[in-house]
Amino acid sequence: MSVATLPDLATYALRLGDDSLVLSQRLGGWITNAPELEEDVALANIALDLLGQARTLLSYAGEVEGAGRDEDDLAYLRDERDFRNVALAELPNSNFAVTMARQLCFSTWQLALHQRLTSSADETLAGVAGKAVKEVSYHRDHATQWVLRLGDGTDESHRRMQSGLERVWPYVAELFTTDELEQRLASDGVAVDVSALRPEWDAHVDSVLQEATLTRPEGGPMLPAGGRRGIHTESFGFLLAEMQHLHRSHPGATW
Amino acid sequence: MDEFQTLVDADERIEPRDAMPEAYRRTLIRQIAQHAHSEIIGMQPEGNWISRAPSLRRKAILMAKVQDEAGHGLYLYGAAETLGVDRAELLDLLHEGKQRYSSIFNYPTLTWADMGAIGWLVDGAAIVNQVPICRCSYGPYARAMVRICKEESFHQRQGFEILHTLSRGTAAQHAMAQDAVDRWWWPSLMMFGPPDDQSPNSAQSMAWRIKRFSNDDLRQKFVDMTVPQAEVLGLTLPDPQIRWNAERGHHDFGDIDWSEFFAVLNGNGPCNAVRLERRRRAHEEGAWVREAATAYADKHRRVSSTAGAA
Ligand SMILES: [Fe+2]
Ligand SMILES: [Fe+2]
Repeated sequence: MSVATLPDLATYALRLGDDSLVLSQRLGGWITNAPELEEDVALANIALDLLGQARTLLSYAGEVEGAGRDEDDLAYLRDERDFRNVALAELPNSNFAVTMARQLCFSTWQLALHQRLTSSADETLAGVAGKAVKEVSYHRDHATQWVLRLGDGTDESHRRMQSGLERVWPYVAELFTTDELEQRLASDGVAVDVSALRPEWDAHVDSVLQEATLTRPEGGPMLPAGGRRGIHTESFGFLLAEMQHLHRSHPGATW
Repeated sequence: MDEFQTLVDADERIEPRDAMPEAYRRTLIRQIAQHAHSEIIGMQPEGNWISRAPSLRRKAILMAKVQDEAGHGLYLYGAAETLGVDRAELLDLLHEGKQRYSSIFNYPTLTWADMGAIGWLVDGAAIVNQVPICRCSYGPYARAMVRICKEESFHQRQGFEILHTLSRGTAAQHAMAQDAVDRWWWPSLMMFGPPDDQSPNSAQSMAWRIKRFSNDDLRQKFVDMTVPQAEVLGLTLPDPQIRWNAERGHHDFGDIDWSEFFAVLNGNGPCNAVRLERRRRAHEEGAWVREAATAYADKHRRVSSTAGAA
């Protein structure tokens, strides 16, 4: 069954699950490469939280779909065009500043989203959100602290942090782009209308940037902002190739 | 210093503020640092498979395991710091090749089954080596080991479970598991160090109760523990000479190729260069981040102390 024909609720769970899965996969790349040992631990923690969210959400998407697909079928056996994560989540780690810019933008958004999702009419989503709020508060705090340190640290770190922000900024607009599916679910009290999250996001991010002596990038949205429609960046195929290769090499095997 | 030896002989713990012979202090620093370095270099061979783990459940378990190893590194550098050195200094020695880490991590992880073999055999051997250190004479090291050993036994069980699943899976999975055990068995036996008659520092370490059993005794214990587990796994240990010796009450096993051990120890293992290079690169590429954190902390300390004065 292609993603295009899934029930709304399954697609919605898949979207949020893919965000967490793909960002977790990226963050996992820092383990053994972090600037200090404490960061190997911290980034692994965040990656693990995200992976936990992804597993619950993908399992739920499979359950709602009702075609017998489990978390692994959904994670390992879909192709690029069937992934529904926002493009921000898939951006390559590049350097620590880019990663922290990505983390600040994503976790600030994810926290605002999950805070509202705790009162979803869908019990499973509300449950996921309740747990995620605690986790993501820490993720946002971790990113905030690093953006402050790097922005207001040395000249070099300031320059790198500013350019990290510029790198991820074009992908921010997609976070607040709603669509018909989300609107339908939101009107039933199931989903969160992401366009409403912007003021809260701006307030946090702007205050961090200001305190970090950084400048809010001017860049407009990337066009087309298409992660939610399965239009991804070029690097994403490589992420999936690496993640899925072993699983796909042994069809039907149990691990 | 007779007082020191009396305490040690009575199985009392030596604490950081206690008087201790300089040689004891130096030996401990070297051993604890080497142990800490092993934990963090040991993250690499398994980190190699995080992105490719074949199920999300296995990915989560592996990521948590590698994270545990980073935590072990942190506890151990912390224990070494109680002896008057600091982590940065020890990392420099590692990066300059002046301090060692366990040679086992100079072997490559070539298939997913290596995650199983490492957990089962390498963490298994580490436990046999480390459980006695939980009673080591130096308090901070002994206490760090208690925490670490608990987690290592989880790792060992998880590794066993990976192999158990593979061994009972498809023919290709079974072959993958057997191949991994074939490659990791002998290097795991080498983890206990050279035979007793070629282990010059052991006697002093035993007298100081840093070490409690000889290399050969620990190795025998590991073999005795592992042989029955291999049967449960349905996998063969690559040593035709393994057999139960009722007279000794132990398993006999074949001769270890010590020339391989010394070659790897002296830098000629398959991954020595890669592991160190990766470590150095992470450290160098992270320098600007650590500098920024220090500069930021300094600025804000100054700001808050000025505020306090005003
Ligand atoms: Fe460890
Ligand atoms: Fe371990």
